[in-house]
Amino acid sequence: MSVLLNRQTKVIVQGITGHQGQFHANQMRAFGTQVVGGVTPGKGGTEIDGFPVFGSVREAVDRTGATASTIFVPAPYAKDAAVEAIEAGVRLLAIVTERVPVHDCLDLMPYARAKGCTIIGPNCPGIATAGEAKMGIMPNHLFKPGRVGLISRSGTLTYEIVNELTLAGVGQSTCIGIGGDPVIGTNMVEALDLFDKDTGTESVVVVGEIGGTAEEEAAAKVKTMGKPVVAYVAGRTAPPGKKMGHAGAIVLRGRGTAESKMRAFEAAGVKVAAYPSEVPALLRPRR
Amino acid sequence: MARFAASGSGVKLLEYKGKELLARYRIPVPRGTLVTSRESLGELSYPCVLKAQVLSGGRGKAGGIRVVKDAAEATTAYDSIRQLTIGGYAVKQVYSEERLDIAQELYLSFTIDRSARAPLLMASRAGGVEVESLPESEMFTAHVPPMLGVLPYLFRAMRARLGLPKEVAAQVEAITADAYDLFRKEDAELVEINPLAVLRDGRVVAGDAKVTIDDSALYRQTEREGVDQDWTPLEAEAHEKGITFLQLEGDIGVIANGAGLTMATLDVLGLKGGRGGTFLDLGGTDDPEKVRQAFLLLVKAKPRVILMNIFGGITKCDTVAIGVEKAMAEQPTRVPVVARIKGVNEAEAKRILSDAGMHPADSLEEAAELAVKLRGSP
Repeated sequence: MSVLLNRQTKVIVQGITGHQGQFHANQMRAFGTQVVGGVTPGKGGTEIDGFPVFGSVREAVDRTGATASTIFVPAPYAKDAAVEAIEAGVRLLAIVTERVPVHDCLDLMPYARAKGCTIIGPNCPGIATAGEAKMGIMPNHLFKPGRVGLISRSGTLTYEIVNELTLAGVGQSTCIGIGGDPVIGTNMVEALDLFDKDTGTESVVVVGEIGGTAEEEAAAKVKTMGKPVVAYVAGRTAPPGKKMGHAGAIVLRGRGTAESKMRAFEAAGVKVAAYPSEVPALLRPRR
Repeated sequence: MARFAASGSGVKLLEYKGKELLARYRIPVPRGTLVTSRESLGELSYPCVLKAQVLSGGRGKAGGIRVVKDAAEATTAYDSIRQLTIGGYAVKQVYSEERLDIAQELYLSFTIDRSARAPLLMASRAGGVEVESLPESEMFTAHVPPMLGVLPYLFRAMRARLGLPKEVAAQVEAITADAYDLFRKEDAELVEINPLAVLRDGRVVAGDAKVTIDDSALYRQTEREGVDQDWTPLEAEAHEKGITFLQLEGDIGVIANGAGLTMATLDVLGLKGGRGGTFLDLGGTDDPEKVRQAFLLLVKAKPRVILMNIFGGITKCDTVAIGVEKAMAEQPTRVPVVARIKGVNEAEAKRILSDAGMHPADSLEEAAELAVKLRGSP
């Protein structure tokens, strides 16, 4: 069991003829994902590394039965690509693209929801179900199938923690990189809800960071869940008013601090790791 | 060196630029002009207000806003304003504006509510003060459905809450609609009019303007002039080279790949008793040339120790190491470098870095401890 994505999911790659799209389509296939083709407007009818290329998402969906798409197109075209996919019936979208204008996300997210499409991202590493399938750019070799769900706002920090889990013999169900932007398609609360309902997930790791109130809201959600949650929050030494790499990672007017998030988690019974390497030990049940 | 501005994370416009933008969207603003030189003060009509153009609040208290009655007074005021540093910003420009006869100060803003994934309208009849100091009961707040925009029901609710006289309410509503139009079309993260001034003659005008533009949308926006990105010279140089780099207050230079991992590296360093002096995020690159440039930049920031933390998932560790080695060869530095490098081809990377005289470490904690030790006592 897993959430959102499994080995049956038929996935296409939008922007498959670009450098990133091509590379990661191959990586996704090597992971075990059913990558059934790609889309690049104007290049329909061609082929790349054995993947059929279609000129539109509609055509790709009609010909392959794809229900999911990973978007690698440049930021100015990401909204267009996403709407095209949603209109063609795609139900799961991972938008890897960074620097999508926030107003495009404001347009896109409620629209996707109204249409019944789940968006992961933008500015995210994507989603991976260990041993089954992945959409996005997470490194293939890190994962080990198991029963821990992972939700994260960042990329490499997630890989670091997944790596620690795997080295400690703790396998994962699904790992969702929800993205580092202020306005994202699937937030922490929604991702927690998915894992709460998943019979294949026993516990959840949340990797948060400064900025916004997603972690505080996630903490409130944890109180309603029956599964243990462990958290790590990055940015405790970040100075206020500085955007720490991610567009959403900023302490503004005293809000969005790591302290506030860690306190909220602890008050909800979530064990908070001081170091990323502590996460596996905190997942073990109390004696 | 506190250079923190708290009006959003994007590109902030100076007041006069913000007001130009408001005017373009039909919102009434006071008559005003940028004072380009001391000599041009003679051409102003008096009395007027001279306002320091800086990206921080507290201008009035700092003496950055002065009412002047003639050119002689204006010259004295202008000279003193030009010498001010407000909230870390040196005053570079002065704006002159007609003096307003204000009867009441209101508040109006649009921001983005991240949790609701929607624009947030905030309005109050108690403006002119910091929005944080306004009690909830004095505030009208409403989300705007982005696909539909500001509809009449919002105005009915706002009117009921604010209880403004009809003529004033009608003007405020028109301004609200226009401000929303600006917010959406200009890719703003923040449009704040505080105060929104009700004048004694009944007109409603924007007394101030805080506009922040989403920097991811600059490619389709024209509002780049007059933009103060609030960068140090090194930060500006990094931006030019496409490197994510911030200068912080500590003395240990931190370089890592990925924003989250870079933050975590700074945090672990902090827990081990050190303080990061830089936030340098290499991102997903393993292009040795980019790595080399980033490393050279880091050396320029003059840290006492460099702490490097690379998690090579898709980024290959040995390629990163080659870039670092090149930078070290090009600009030999006596700054000790602690490198923790993990992932694809890590053994080869460690060998390259050791050969170049760096200190390899296996875990992040170990690396941070070593960096703190090598830094020595202050």
